Order: sequence, then structure tokens, then C-alpha cells
Amino acid sequence: MLQPRSIHSSLNFRDKLFSIDYVLVITIFILGLVSILAMYSTDGGEFKYHTKSHIIRFFVFFFMFLTISFIQIRFWHSQSYLIYFIFFILLLGVKYFGLTSSGSKRWLDLYFMNLQPSELMKIGLILFLAKYYHRTSIENINSIRYLFLPIVVLIAPVLLVATQPDLGTSILIAAGGITVAWLAGVKVKFFTISGLSFLALLPIAISFLKPYQKSRILTFLNPERDPLGAGYQIIQSKIAIGSGGLFGKGFLQGSQSYLDYLPEKHTDFIFTLFSEEFGFFGSVFILILYALIVWRLVKIGNITRSNFGKLYCYSFATAFFIYVVVNMMMVLGLLPIVGSPLPIMSYGGSSMMAIMLGLGIAMSCKVHKDTPVN
Amino acid sequence: MLSPGSGNTVIKSKLISRRMFLITAAKAVVMVGLVGRLISLQINQATKYKSLSDKNRFREWKLAPERGAIKDFFDTKIASSEPLYQLHLVPENAKDLDNLFVRLKAILNITDRKVSYLKRLIKKQKPWEPVIVSENLDWSDFSRINLFLHELEGVEPIVSVARTYPDNSSAHILGYVSQISTKDLQTKEYLQELAVPGMAIGKTGLERKLDEQIIGKVGYQRYEVNAFGKRIREIKIDEGQAGKSFKTTLDYEVQKYTNELLKDKAAAVCVMDVYNGDIVSLVSSPTFEPNEFVHGLDKAYWNSLIKNEKKPLANKALSGLYPPGSTIKTLVALSALENKIIRPLDTFRCKGKIELYGEKFHCWEKDGHGIVNLRKGIQRSCDVYFYEVARKLGVDRLSETAKRFGLGKKVLSDFVEERSGVVPNTKWKKKFIGQNWYLGETLHSGIGQGYFQSTPLQLCLMTAQIANGGFEIKPRIIVDGKNDNLRNYIKHKNENPNEPLPTDLLISNFDLKPLFKNQEHINLIKDAMFSSSNEPGGTSYRHRFENPKYTFAGKTGSSQIKRFTEAQREAEVKQESLPYKDRDHALFVAFAPYKDPQYAISVLVEHGGSGGKAAAPIAKKVIKKVLERHELRRSVNEQIGESV
Repeated sequence: MLQPRSIHSSLNFRDKLFSIDYVLVITIFILGLVSILAMYSTDGGEFKYHTKSHIIRFFVFFFMFLTISFIQIRFWHSQSYLIYFIFFILLLGVKYFGLTSSGSKRWLDLYFMNLQPSELMKIGLILFLAKYYHRTSIENINSIRYLFLPIVVLIAPVLLVATQPDLGTSILIAAGGITVAWLAGVKVKFFTISGLSFLALLPIAISFLKPYQKSRILTFLNPERDPLGAGYQIIQSKIAIGSGGLFGKGFLQGSQSYLDYLPEKHTDFIFTLFSEEFGFFGSVFILILYALIVWRLVKIGNITRSNFGKLYCYSFATAFFIYVVVNMMMVLGLLPIVGSPLPIMSYGGSSMMAIMLGLGIAMSCKVHKDTPVN
Repeated sequence: MLSPGSGNTVIKSKLISRRMFLITAAKAVVMVGLVGRLISLQINQATKYKSLSDKNRFREWKLAPERGAIKDFFDTKIASSEPLYQLHLVPENAKDLDNLFVRLKAILNITDRKVSYLKRLIKKQKPWEPVIVSENLDWSDFSRINLFLHELEGVEPIVSVARTYPDNSSAHILGYVSQISTKDLQTKEYLQELAVPGMAIGKTGLERKLDEQIIGKVGYQRYEVNAFGKRIREIKIDEGQAGKSFKTTLDYEVQKYTNELLKDKAAAVCVMDVYNGDIVSLVSSPTFEPNEFVHGLDKAYWNSLIKNEKKPLANKALSGLYPPGSTIKTLVALSALENKIIRPLDTFRCKGKIELYGEKFHCWEKDGHGIVNLRKGIQRSCDVYFYEVARKLGVDRLSETAKRFGLGKKVLSDFVEERSGVVPNTKWKKKFIGQNWYLGETLHSGIGQGYFQSTPLQLCLMTAQIANGGFEIKPRIIVDGKNDNLRNYIKHKNENPNEPLPTDLLISNFDLKPLFKNQEHINLIKDAMFSSSNEPGGTSYRHRFENPKYTFAGKTGSSQIKRFTEAQREAEVKQESLPYKDRDHALFVAFAPYKDPQYAISVLVEHGGSGGKAAAPIAKKVIKKVLERHELRRSVNEQIGESV
């Protein structure tokens, strides 16, 4: 037990530098450059506010990602609960001191930036549960006593975020947590039971939904129901993507976004804009970049010795995949508009910070793959 | 590695990997689904979405073309498109709207009501959509605005075109234009392509008949617009094409003169060239102001029009139906001659009334006309004579002649307001009233009362076809080339008195259609009409012209509104003493000059009393005016021949 630890704790900077997954780093960097191009296009082909701050954020958080890679995996393991707890306090802070914008309270004013703690909670919950299930012995995983804590730490932030209200983010937080539990071996039966009880509670939950959220779900089911109202976004997004065709309309030539037909083009609909300008091939290129990232994350999970590392990498890879897929399915008209950013591509500091934090911890698993965590 | 927990850890690790494998498989499926969706949207349905995107992107604004002009026979414009000065306001460009309105009120005559209306409109519209402050500025206001323009930010003086009529003398025959209504769009097919919001289209008269050709070709501006409808840039512009102009047979001078004559009366006048059917004048009175209709009608003016009991909006010459009264006697006599029912010198004794079928039939002359032949019958308009003739002739033969001469059917084409009238006969009554014909009704028909209904235009055509020697003519109002066959035939006959060709052959050589069996009968009628107007005892003798240049031959008529009671007849009640609404309509038809007929005229005065008193004096004045302009007209007629 002691011997391997002493070997690996003596990793020097050079060793660490060589063990970084450069395929992942380069892929993320390319994706970052592509996102800057897309942002430049949303600003109408000029270096305006969105482009400038997106560039700054990308490079700052990309640097943070690299830095985190060098931090001991043991540190992340030991501080998981604390990190979750801090993020949870921030979420509570939003409830009391948050900024309200277009009807929902999601942000904390930190003077240098507006922080959206719900984005950080996506990572915090995965960290917490990865540690929890790492420590829980396999016999206990499916005992009710050991299921109690995971349920509480999952439900609490999800409810907080859902009442901001931010349905999209709360679903994505829950998705991350459920993934960890599933990977840890929680029985299918349990997921079935909780799924059924969720369905039973759904009518009550729906009665808590804001009118605009209800209309979004109805609109998803039939976008032509109200083509100028809630269905507008889905219809215009489909028109933009479809009219891109095989090769796209060309960089800065996307008429749908240029003429403001596209809603939220900086954030949730950034893929639509890219897809309109670069067509089918551009879209598939983006898909490949994301697939590469997920693949490399899973690969790190495969080679990481500790179950904490495995649980974390697999869960984060899956959550990351879900973020991408939910956003794309949304803009392609396959899911209701729930408001979820596309990782790295979308404009938004908190989302970028959370994703880079998540990627950094995964990279730390790679660098310290042979280090036991306890 | 051999610690107690390690076995447990390995089992757990394997479990995690197994479950991760399942997730990875699921991810692969989802990825395939995403790519499939992209293929469906961007490859399979790309064409559909590209066109939807273009539909988003481009918006077209139609440009109203300039409406073609309508000219009279001497090329005076009687309906034209003239520059119109308007004032538009683009709220987005104005710095301070309230201040701007205060300034505008000082410069122009704008009411507070209009200002508050405009402010409400501005709130409703997008800030870049212009509002029309003033639709029709006169030149002095317009130039004043231009002078102060530098301090009126957001205001745009616009020069547009609008329909303008020089006066209201031809309002009925020209019709009027007005904004397109929803109903127009539904009912008029040609508007599907032509319609431009705010465009004026022809609603009645020539404006309506010619609408499709006179509108012109619609132009358009194509703009790229953003999601809020704001124009980003112009892509393409097509100016369109101005509408075709039309030359009519009308004489604007005669129109003005006649209109003035008929002022304040409910009346109609129609003048026609007897050889080619050119309508020289067609006036209905009282008239209305067609310019008022172009930019949204004033409500008070509209109410005054529809409440006026003289019905200024109706074109009485085309759509007014009146019993022809004694004017029909010309055709009754002609029909009897043609059918060999009577000879010209056959006589009847008029004692003021006759009793037939147990009913009394009165002559208008209470004491009777004594011995009456055909010439005297027409000259004095003896009712008893025509009762006798009609009785022998029968209504079916009469109706056949009447129809041949143009009664009972529409004279012009494509005038929505024109009506066809009624020429009754036994079949007609059976079909439309469902009863058998009574012989007494034949007698009423013989003096143009009863079921007979005709328009002043039909009576004019009837007279023209008698005047020209009994040949069919096709009345026209749009000059569409030369139409001189009949005139050439007459000229040929006059120049070659010893023409060897038989008349029948000659007529067909000139492509003419005679309405008679024996032209001598036509001449007899014309002669009788001459006596009616120019010999003592004739019904319009008082209004004759001595000068042979203007001498006309006519026939008076009055169409009964209410039958006289026996008591009124005994008391010799005069028309003038009856209430206006109960008085007879006065009619007069004539042609002139008698020796060399050129024009036919019909005059109707609603509730004017007798034709001789109310209608003939008007006809006299109009005939003089028309004949004074005859040489001028003839020279233009010859030019048309050369140009076509």
C-alpha cells in the first residue's frame, strides 16, 4: 500500500507534462477556436463584446484546465464533499442574493463576473457521488441505508435549480448524478421504482411549472401550434440548419442569424448558426470533435486505477455527452427547448468554467492514473 | 495490492466497466440518430428549408403603377393621373414627436383629432413604418413644408400620383376609382396579380370596364428584411408599367354644356352619331364629385349622396328604367307598316277615348283628334290611333320590332350598371309574371306604358337607327378604329343616284344589316317625326329650329307614374299641380339635321311632366351645341381613319 504511493507521489513536473493526454488538449483547443469563429459570426463579423469576452474566457479557463491537470487526484478526492458543499452554499446564495434576469434568478454578482452556481453544481454532484460510491463497499451499495444520502444530495440542488426556475440545468445536474449511481452498481430495480414514482409525481410537478415552461413542452410536441410564439424558435432553428444544406451558406453568410431570425444565437443556438454557415460537413465536424473528447475521457476512465477516478471520468464523459446531445437535439427539434448550453461553444462564463473544471479533474486522473486515492 | 479491500475493489471496477460499456453502446446509437437527423434536415429537406429561409429573408413591396388616362374625342384628358403631394412621417427618424406635431400644426391645417389619431397609429406600428400625415396637400402647403424641412426631422414630403378628374360633368359614364375592398379581391380575378395595398381601382362606369387594362403592370421592390420586418437593403426594383390610355367618343365640351343644362334636375341625356354609334354625350343628373372618392370618402358627403332622392349616384342614362311612353309610337307605326297591318293613309276617328273589352282607354287630348292617319297620329301623338293600331298589330309583332331596334337588351358591353329593360310579349308575361296576356295590355303597350321598360340610351339607339335609314349600328364609347361603312354607303348612294346595282346587293357590299323590309316605311316615320316637331299642332312644334342647319325631327313622350282617376281627368288636373313624386317622366327623342341626319338624342327628365314642355327644350339646346361642333368632329373622324 505504501510503496506505490511513495513512487507516484514523487512524480515531477516533467513526468506530469508527458503524461497529459495531448489528443484531448488539442481537440479542446480546436473546438475553442471554432467557437471563437462562431461567436465572431454572431457579432455580425466584427470583434464586438461577445467575441472579445468569449476569447478571454476560453483562454483563461483553458489555462485553468491545464493547471488543474497538475493537481493531485488525491486532493480532488479528499475535497469532494467540501467542493459540493461550497457549490451548494453558492446555490443557496442565489436564492437569497441572486440576480434576476428575464424572470429567473440564476446568477450571483461577483463583481468581476456573474457566476451561475448551477453550472458548477453539475461537476460538484458528480465529484460528491464519485467519492461516495468509491467509499461504499459493493455489498452496501443497494441497501436502503446507503441510498439515502445520494438521494438527498441529488434532490436538494436539483430542486433549488428547478425553482430558480431553470428546468434545463436541473435536469442536466440530475443526469450527472444518476449516471454515477448507475455506474456504481445501483440496481435497475431502484431506477425503475424512482422513475415510476417520478412519473406519479409528474402531474404535481407540472402544476409547479411556469406557464412559459408548459408552453415550451406543448410547443415541442407541435411546433406549428404557435409559429410566431413559442414554436418560433424551433421552426427558425430548423429552417436555419436545413437551409445550410451540404456545404453551408458560408462563413458570415448565415442569413437566418444575420437577420435575427435565430433566437439566442450566442448561447443555446450557437450550433444552429454554425450549422447554417458550414452545412452538413461542418455539423459532422463538430460532432466528431465532441465524440473525440468523450472518447478520450472514457479512455482515461479505462486506464485510471482508482474507482474514484473511473467513476468520475465515466460519469463526467457521460454527462458531457448528455449536455452536447441535449443541446443538439433541442436545436434540431428533437427535444423541447429547455435551455442548455453547448459545452465550450456556447457563450457563458459559468458554463465554460464548469466544463473546464470537469475536464481538468479528468485530466488530473490521467496524469495521476496510478495514484491510489486513499 | 493484497489488502482485504482489493478484491472488492476489482469486482467493483469490473461492474463499473460493464455498466459503462452499456452506456457507450447507447451513446453510439444516439450519435447515429443525431447524424441521421442532420442528414434528414440538411440533405433530404435542404431545398424545402432553403426556400423557407429565402421566404424569411426577402419581402416584396408592390408598387402601384400609374393609371392610364381617359381622353375625349378631341384628346382632352377627362380622367388622368396627376401628381399628388403627400406628407409622410417616419417616427424612428423624429427626435421629438410632440414637438414635431406642434410645428406641423403651425405650418399645416391639422386638427387635434388627426394628431391624436396619428399618435395612436405610431404607437401601434413599428418605428420605421411611415404614417401618412397628409394625403393630399396643395402646392402652397407642400412648398411651405419643403421650406421648413430642415427643422422637421422625420418628415418626408412624397410626390405620388392619383386619379384626377377635371370636373364632375362626366362622373357617371367615367365612373370613379376608390380603394380596393376585400370584396373586390374576392370577386375580380385580375386583381389577384395586380392588387397593391392602397391602390385605387375602378368601381363603376368606364373606370371599371377598362380597369384590367388601364391599371398597368404592377412593379415591385424586393428587400432583404430582418426578423422584425425592417428593410435591410434593396435587392431588386421593377418600376412596373403605366396603364394603357383610352380615347373615347365623348365630347368633353358637350358633356360640360349638357351637365350645366341639367343642373338640379333628375335627368339624363344621351347623344349618338347615327352612322357609327359613337356616343357623343352621356350625362346623368344630378352628378357627384368623382375626385372625392379617390382618397377615402368623406362620410357627410357620402350620406348626402345616398339620402338625395334624385339619386345622384345612379347613371340614369344606362340604368334608369322608364316606360318609353309615346316615343315607342314610332316603332308601333313602323311595325304595323312592315307587317302590312295598316297603310299610311288609313284613318281612325279619335273621340278622346274608346271603350274596348269593357274598359275605357283615354287619349291624352280629352276632346279627341278627330280623323287621324299615321302622319297625324305621330304628329299629335294620338293615343286612340295607336290603341287601334296596336290592337290590330298584336303585342308579339310589336315586341319583335322593338327588340330589333335595340330595346330590351343591353346596348353597351361590360358596364355593370347597365340594365336591359323589358319588351313585353305574351311569352314574357307567362314566364315572368305567370299570367296570360290581356288584350287591354296590348293597348297600353301600344302607347309605351304598362310593362315596357327602357333606358334613355336604348331610346337614343332606337332613334338613331330610324334616323340612319333603318340600319343596325353598334354603339361604342371607346375609339377602336374606323367605323365608316354606313356613312360610306350613304355617300356612295348620294354620289351615284343611278347606281345599277340593286339596293340589297349594295347593302351587303357595305357589310350593313338593314332592320327594315321596306325602307320607304322608315322614311314615312321620319317624315311623321318631322311634322311632330316642325308643323303646327305637332307636340314639340314650339321648340323647333327654323334654320335648316339645325332642324330636327323628334317624338315626345311621357311615362306615366300614376294613372289619372276619372275625377282628375274630369277636372283636367295639370301635371304641374301634382306632387313632384307623382308627376310623369318627360321624354323626348330626336335626330338632326332632318335633311342629312347626323346625331340622335334622347332626353329624360324625371317627374318633368310632359315631354314637349320639359324634355324638348333641353334637346333643342344640346342639338344646337352638338351640330355646331359637327365639322370639328368630322375632321377628327377622318384623322382617325388615317392613323389606324
